[in-house]
Amino acid sequence: MIKLKVNDQQKVFRGDPDQPLLWFLREELSLTGSKYACGIGACGACTVHFNGVPVRSCSMPMSAMSGAEIRTIEGLASPVAKQVQMSWQEMDVVQCGYCQSGQIMSAVALLERNTKPSSKEIDEAMDGNICRCATYQRIRAAIEDSSDKLGA
Amino acid sequence: MDMPLKLFNSANESSLENQSRRQFIKACAASGALIVGAGYLPITSAEQSSRGKHRDALVFNAFVKITPDNRVVVVIKHLDKGQGVTTGLATIVAEEMDANWSQVGWEFAPADATKYNNLFWGPNQGTGGSTAIANSWQQLRNAGAAARAMFVNAAAKKWGVDSSAVTVSDGFVKSSTHRASFGELIELALKEQAPETPTLKSAGQFRLIGKKIPRIDSPEKTTGQATYTQDIQLENMLTALVLYPPQEGGVLVSFDDSAAKKIDGFHAAFKIPKGLAVLATSFWAAKKARDAVIAKWDLASCETRSSEELFKNYRKVAEKAGTAVTQKGDVEKELAHSKAGEHIVEALYQLPYLAHATMEPMNCVALVGDSSCELWFGSQSPTMDQHDASQLLGIAPEKVVINTLFAGGSFGRRACPNDYVVDAIAIARQIKNRPVKMVWTREDDMLRGKYRPMAVHKVRAKVSSKGGISAWHHHSVAQAILRGTPLEGLINGPVEGTLTEGIHDLPYSTASLRVEGTELPSTTSGLWWRSVGHSGNAFAVECFVDQLAHAVEKDPLEFRRALLQGQSRYLGVLNLLAEKADWSKPLPKGHAKGIAVHKAMGSWVAQLAEVSFDKEKNLQVDRVVCAVDCGIAINPDIVKAQMEGSIGFALGAVFGEQVTLEKGVVNQKNFDAYTPLRFSQMPKVEVHIVPSAEPPTGVGEPGVPPLTPAVANAVFALTGKPVYSLPIEL
Ligand code: FES
Ligand code: FES
Repeated sequence: MIKLKVNDQQKVFRGDPDQPLLWFLREELSLTGSKYACGIGACGACTVHFNGVPVRSCSMPMSAMSGAEIRTIEGLASPVAKQVQMSWQEMDVVQCGYCQSGQIMSAVALLERNTKPSSKEIDEAMDGNICRCATYQRIRAAIEDSSDKLGA
Repeated sequence: MDMPLKLFNSANESSLENQSRRQFIKACAASGALIVGAGYLPITSAEQSSRGKHRDALVFNAFVKITPDNRVVVVIKHLDKGQGVTTGLATIVAEEMDANWSQVGWEFAPADATKYNNLFWGPNQGTGGSTAIANSWQQLRNAGAAARAMFVNAAAKKWGVDSSAVTVSDGFVKSSTHRASFGELIELALKEQAPETPTLKSAGQFRLIGKKIPRIDSPEKTTGQATYTQDIQLENMLTALVLYPPQEGGVLVSFDDSAAKKIDGFHAAFKIPKGLAVLATSFWAAKKARDAVIAKWDLASCETRSSEELFKNYRKVAEKAGTAVTQKGDVEKELAHSKAGEHIVEALYQLPYLAHATMEPMNCVALVGDSSCELWFGSQSPTMDQHDASQLLGIAPEKVVINTLFAGGSFGRRACPNDYVVDAIAIARQIKNRPVKMVWTREDDMLRGKYRPMAVHKVRAKVSSKGGISAWHHHSVAQAILRGTPLEGLINGPVEGTLTEGIHDLPYSTASLRVEGTELPSTTSGLWWRSVGHSGNAFAVECFVDQLAHAVEKDPLEFRRALLQGQSRYLGVLNLLAEKADWSKPLPKGHAKGIAVHKAMGSWVAQLAEVSFDKEKNLQVDRVVCAVDCGIAINPDIVKAQMEGSIGFALGAVFGEQVTLEKGVVNQKNFDAYTPLRFSQMPKVEVHIVPSAEPPTGVGEPGVPPLTPAVANAVFALTGKPVYSLPIEL
């Protein structure tokens, strides 16, 4: 039995310890905002926060989740997160939208550690998240917008 | 994606004479677009029981519903796979209704081609070829204006005034003394007769069209609330994975699922026509079980060659004569000799297979009953999907209910006959009355074929030092997309149109032109990939134009302008581009720029790319400027977003995206080897829209074709070495 917190709520998992966190979130907790796209940690669509750090939930087995604090897109509540989502809407970033939960989770994690990231730091934080619709220019604009507003 | 004009008339398809079908298709193609009445189809109240998400809405016509609490619900007949049609189509209706944007909602239309056909595709409902806005334009204006008229007339009666004294603005119906919302008048308005030819606004009266309207799907897509196929959870649902052969065309000989049966949650494993379905109560259990199956395959009919061998053959064929598609003047005679001041230039271009690699791999939820079938997925061509389901299950196509959901990308991939949807139904029919979600892993999605066909172009031309072209000979060698598929009847002429689109109608003036095509068959299947044949054809044409300009020492922009005299919309985008991008201003040392222009899906796009090398001597694209003429830009910000996205999408093919075969087996199985553009590779993109009063044309695809040649031409300018193939290897 594995105990963990998801979006501030205590959860218990009793299944196959090899099962990645992503499927626990999606299928058992119905938190479907985190997406499956590659399953090998190469695209970032499944990004969630693990003790505040962005991780690829498709590649994190449940066996590593004991005592973990997980946050998904559904559980975003911090002022930074709210600002990021607002900037995302103001810049009209989304296209198909499938990658965007992961993009937002990566961006929020970045800005929560560093409200004034340099362009290079933004590159580094976001390069693991593929957007096949290539909304990258607006993602950058939204991160910069959030950074400006959070710093103000 | 250029899509099919076809009668999916399953009942008597076999009896349909091929000949007459061809003629029907030809007639459609000749007219450019088959308009089956641009009516907005008033619906009777009997049809008001809608399946849509706004169940309390009352139906004004096929596209407009209004709820008592004053929401205007626009019925969207096209799939939104990211291109923004939910916003664009809703804007058109809201404009003619004079609704307030904040009261506008939407829902996807059901599968029903009698009401929701694509007006450019005859009796077929579907999305593709960047036609969504273009075919809906008049239809939705009529739908919105008709609903508006019903409110005006109802209000006039209620208030005892002439209808000319009633106005609508910002969602309110008004007279000099009264004011009411749509919701308040809804019952009365429904009693009014819908006008057959409602009065439409003039362009000067537009308040929403041409303005920046935020995407209507943005809130749900930034909070994780948007529902995709992958997210559907139904009671008692099973998840199915399919163990497919390692190569297309492989056949399952035998399997041993004894280890799979021991996996917790395993439900069943059984054969379907294309492989072995493995069902379980969760994705993870299904995947573990599938991994545990031992299968034997017959791969005798599969491809055995490697990409390089295939290309070698393509190049050999390209050097020989092909089937003529366009013939003007005597190209051979011209190219047989050259005088002083004339240059004969030749080049051979090579393009690889590309995968759509949509972010959401293909998937479909299916529930099959005794004589029913219900599907949940991002259906791009509901009529084709209904047809496929009806063929498989032996039920009438209209019995197949489709719940359309957001698609996590398509780029053409979701419109494919006899493909993943059929597999999902083949599974669901064997476990009747229980919903099944069939999902592809990324590996399945990469390995199931349907690639942008690889191609080789051999081009020769004669150019004079004054800049005139007297001969252009072009031979395009590629695999046809539709040959050997259920849609083969759509091929019009001896060579499939995709091989020579954008070439056979070369816009550059030349005294003689011969365009040839040769189809090379393959067991690795092809499919339309964002902008279809244009994606590679523009690369060949536009790189070659720069080579011609170079041969006669002309400026690439001036060279193009001179050869495009009279082609005002080509010149329009080129001129706007030159102005906005400061074409004539030189760049610092180590940087260079290139341009390209192309027309696809009814829109003209010119792009300029600036390139340089980074410290590690890697190519980087620093900036792309884009000019687009798509007629009236309904939502300029979405037009810009589509250009930005197309540029980034196409750039992947410059930097490294390709599908290659090793002894017939695909090398790229996931995003570690198949490499779409990454965040840090995205250049700064600026988009400029040519002001226009022409009817709107597509924007989802036309931004793709000019990008790769613009970058290649910039690299040519930087290094002095022409680029002949993609991805660019230096
Ligand atoms: S799905 Fe987890 S990184 Fe791609
Ligand atoms: S918005 Fe479609 S993949 Fe990013």
